[in-house]
Amino acid sequence: MEQPTLDVADLTVRFGGVLALDGVSLKVEANEIHGIIGPNGAGKTTLFNAVCGFLRPARGTIRYRGKALLGTAPHQLARLGIARTLQSLGLWPGLTVLENLLVGSRVRPNFFASLLAMPRADRLEWRLREQATQVLDELGIVSVADAHPAALPYGLQKRVILARALMAEPELLLLDEPASGLSAGEIDRLAELVGRLRRRMSVVVVEHHVDLVMAISQRIHVLNFGHVIASGTPPEIRGNREVSTAYLGEDVKTAEGGTGA
Amino acid sequence: MPAVVKGWRLLLTPTLSRHLGLALVAFILLLLLSSQIGAYDDYTLAAVAIFVIATAGLNLLTGVNGQLSLGHGALMAVGAYSTSLLLRGHDLPLILVLLLSLAGASLVGAVFGVAAARLRGPYLAGATLALAVGLPQIATRYSHVFGGEEGLTVPPPAAPSWLGADFPPERWMAWIAIAVALVTLVLLGNLLQSSVGRSFKAVRDHEAAAALAGINVARTQVVAFVVSSACAGLAGSLFAYWSGLTAPAGFGVALSLQLISAIVIGGLGSLSGAVWGSIVLVFVPNFTSGMASSLNLPSSVGNNLPLLIYGAVLVVAMLVVPYGIDGGLRRLLALARARWAGAATNHKGVVDWDDPAGS
Repeated sequence: MEQPTLDVADLTVRFGGVLALDGVSLKVEANEIHGIIGPNGAGKTTLFNAVCGFLRPARGTIRYRGKALLGTAPHQLARLGIARTLQSLGLWPGLTVLENLLVGSRVRPNFFASLLAMPRADRLEWRLREQATQVLDELGIVSVADAHPAALPYGLQKRVILARALMAEPELLLLDEPASGLSAGEIDRLAELVGRLRRRMSVVVVEHHVDLVMAISQRIHVLNFGHVIASGTPPEIRGNREVSTAYLGEDVKTAEGGTGA
Repeated sequence: MPAVVKGWRLLLTPTLSRHLGLALVAFILLLLLSSQIGAYDDYTLAAVAIFVIATAGLNLLTGVNGQLSLGHGALMAVGAYSTSLLLRGHDLPLILVLLLSLAGASLVGAVFGVAAARLRGPYLAGATLALAVGLPQIATRYSHVFGGEEGLTVPPPAAPSWLGADFPPERWMAWIAIAVALVTLVLLGNLLQSSVGRSFKAVRDHEAAAALAGINVARTQVVAFVVSSACAGLAGSLFAYWSGLTAPAGFGVALSLQLISAIVIGGLGSLSGAVWGSIVLVFVPNFTSGMASSLNLPSSVGNNLPLLIYGAVLVVAMLVVPYGIDGGLRRLLALARARWAGAATNHKGVVDWDDPAGS
């Protein structure tokens, strides 16, 4: 109906002599959950880093809602409506959970309004706190609002990270391994939450947990050694022989073993 | 919901009136204190207030934003020399001199901050240390402008006539320094509690995550450097008025290191830490040099004793209160509160969270 939310074409990233990504193309439509799977070192996080402007590709284009994204600095993404979580979380330990969320918002009063503590800075602060409380409530973690993130168990920290990304009210949410380190129950909650987010935004999920990606994604790309080896709907990927030999064959077994536990 | 409760409190007492109220109470108390003590103590009080301005600014940069500056003494020198040069042959109003000195130091800080934003950790420390070593040399090199090693004299600020002819100038100096320090603390307090202060901390704690949240990391670091330099310039300007002389020897590397040690002892990242640190910075050497002279030690020992004791205080402080005096006090307070809360819970009995009503 319109421009794809994210349109990556022929993306090639080189680290010295190593081709980290080799001619990768993918389209993420509006309100779509798009999974990216592949073994370690396949280039999944590299793809996110290129989209976010953390590294410069050797070739290719990245378009966000029809506009070229290459050359955009990472800090400009939030304003465009792109939010991303990091594999390493990147919570700010010196701030409380609530304060982490406040910084996550795209709205910021200007320097002098803050310096002089003008009423509009206070009003904005109040509005942001209300919004942050709502987001925490949506994720069921409002009780830890005043805690410091380092004091929380890993699963809760991951939920705070997700909450912080949602504070920016993104139109495109890039999740880097949201399920790693989570228990089976927590992964179910995550799947349910991401499914709900789809009504408001497009989501790209880079993930090792294949079952989760299969369950929530409308379309999936499979990367291996920097190449797209398959793309399609979850059933298509499941039936793809190249994928099962390259990656799924081994991982499905371990995943089955994991679900039994 | 705790967050909402906090929000309501925020709405009921706007940030500015809360901070101004605190500052006003502190101002009245300090004026009363200042009127009760002798001229020399007023002079010392002024020194504490001046160091509070410099260390509060430095704490914003180093404690809150995570940029280590070993060159803040040099930025104080910029403020002090601006003041001395402005007052050479002119009689400008104090407030104008303060603001111009602040602007001068901010400008130097902005230029240096742009460079600093590209440097991290030991490299930033090295670069700022170079600033501390190099900048005072300019005063010696261009002695026809800056007065060389001899320095430039600065007339003391004149007390207004309505305070009476025999109002001690030291007291007037203390009042000015206290007023400026409190205004600085109010403004920095506003910043710290606002989204600006939170972005400073976010950049300190995780740069990539801060950038992804929409914070321009380099710009934020430059802003922190400029705000911090403005404070250093203000402190330097008052320092010139206070000492009556601006000379390179007063702004050596030792001053920069003292400022850093003050915020480490006082507590990194908080304004009260800067206040505690300044008190230690002024009173410990005062106390120890008094002690050294009363002990009748040979001058080679007596001259170095204050330094030795200052160093010992630094080491002991790091061992006993690793988060500074402010961190230590907060911990005590938290312990006391937990104890009080514990006693209260014991009194009421254990609450069953699955059935809080106890039905």
